[in-house]
Amino acid sequence: MHKARHNPLNSIAAHAALLTWTAIALFPVVVILINSFKTRKAIFREPLALPSADSFSLVGYQTVMRQGDFFLYFQNSMIVTVVSLAFILLFGAMAAFALSEYRFRGNALMGLYLALGIMIPIRIGTVAILDLMVQTGLVNTLMALILVYTAQGLPLAVFILSEFMRQVSDDLKNAGRIDGLSEYRIFFRLVLPLVRPAMATVAVFNMIPIWNDLWFPLILAPGEATKTLTLGSQVFIGQFVTDWNAVLSALSLAILPVLILYVIFSRQLIRGITSGAVK
Amino acid sequence: MATRSRAHVIVFLAPAVLVYTAVMIWPLFNTLRLALYTSGEEGRVFTGLANFATLFGDPRWSGAFWNALGNNFWFFFIHMIVQNPIGIALAAILSHPRLRFAALYRSAIFIPTILSFVIVGFAWKLILSPIWGIAPSMLDAVGLKSLFAPWLGRESSALTTLALISVWQFVGIPMMLIYAALLSIPEEILEAGEIDGITGWAAFWWIKLPLILPSIGIISILTFVGNFNAFDLIYASQGALAGPDFSTDILGTFLYRTFFGFQLQLGDPHMGSTIATAMFAIILAGVCIYLFAIQTRMRRYQF
Repeated sequence: MHKARHNPLNSIAAHAALLTWTAIALFPVVVILINSFKTRKAIFREPLALPSADSFSLVGYQTVMRQGDFFLYFQNSMIVTVVSLAFILLFGAMAAFALSEYRFRGNALMGLYLALGIMIPIRIGTVAILDLMVQTGLVNTLMALILVYTAQGLPLAVFILSEFMRQVSDDLKNAGRIDGLSEYRIFFRLVLPLVRPAMATVAVFNMIPIWNDLWFPLILAPGEATKTLTLGSQVFIGQFVTDWNAVLSALSLAILPVLILYVIFSRQLIRGITSGAVK
Repeated sequence: MATRSRAHVIVFLAPAVLVYTAVMIWPLFNTLRLALYTSGEEGRVFTGLANFATLFGDPRWSGAFWNALGNNFWFFFIHMIVQNPIGIALAAILSHPRLRFAALYRSAIFIPTILSFVIVGFAWKLILSPIWGIAPSMLDAVGLKSLFAPWLGRESSALTTLALISVWQFVGIPMMLIYAALLSIPEEILEAGEIDGITGWAAFWWIKLPLILPSIGIISILTFVGNFNAFDLIYASQGALAGPDFSTDILGTFLYRTFFGFQLQLGDPHMGSTIATAMFAIILAGVCIYLFAIQTRMRRYQF
């Protein structure tokens, strides 16, 4: 086989290159995390040292907890992300089923119409979206964000899910029909469980952009009661620029939930990306 | 089948089509339409393409617009020349069949991609800050202290620095997509090359690279669309004014300031829509070039 692939020097070089980039990728995150647990003096004197018994301090976290309503922000982000994902998956799967299962006039056209949004960013329509939310009284509600993220996520969800639904065997669905199942039961009982892996891929793809978005929370829901974690930390950090302990702690608190989600879902995410879901 | 009721098709399609149409397509068209109006004394007045003439030609607007557009192209250019080569290199190393810990490297290198722009923007701002001194002291350790400058605070380097931060964050995506493409190359093709004496670098350059060109095309268009509606990173690290002196202003921040207003300037939905329409046209042009010019030509490489 490939001689070049067995050369130990090549292998060392490969590891050296990957380690270098891994260090570059993780360095800022690690620096933020370790310094968030240190006293102000230690942050400046030894920024690269781990917190020691001497330099350990939680003063930044105390400020954050006192000043910012991070639990509320976290809860808002959680509600927006979870409800949006539920809508994207349910509505997306229903539409994908209609497109892949039934032949009706305008099927291809409908598929194309729904696919338009894959390439066109929803942000382009922000001016009119804000208008719409003002008119319907949804400004400063989580519902405004949920609707926007649902609309944003649907095109890719329909596209991916209908690809998968085409692979579900016709025999199975027809057997269900002969047994007298309604079309709704066929969808919910037979088809949905079979495309669960594809649903997970869609969910993971949508989760991170929704959680991290700054644009729509800033424009549609900047009120104190509806701030998401991303917007909340942005505003908080902006106010506390000179309080390094607080800023570093706020950053750490914002990193943590995403990092936990990533540890749980990274396998799904990486499999989704590498399985050619984006063709 | 023809006799069966078709109501369920409508029930299945309705929620998705309604939400998508009402919150995405309708506002999109409405935004394009608003660009043709202006707010006069008696409400909305139709002015045709006058807003575009103002945006492209009126000195009060055109300077800011062309500045933002030029910056945006530079932002995209840095992504293309830095992000893609690094992504391809990492993917090529990772796809080595006997590499150990590949999954670990892959997951670690992808971590910046999942962080929000707010975190990334502030984290780098702190690290590059002359006050904290992490960057200068690290450069000092390798004897390059003289190279340090407050990169984010200088007009000449701020935009490039931000583009590189964005590359740092997103290099995981090209890496993953190209990694997947490299794994899908059939072993027989590589072996056929080997029989002809093409191995190592030559095999990568002459066999693998042409085969992953379609993936590079996809990455380029995703980067293009992403860059031309970028906003968050600049806003989080430089603020809505995209300082210093608008040197990091891109279309996204320009749009935000124009339609939403900032400090003393009032928001102007019509000029905002005009900028959004220009962004829409640019993105559409990019997508069309990709679909018609690049993708159709690349098809012959696919197996």
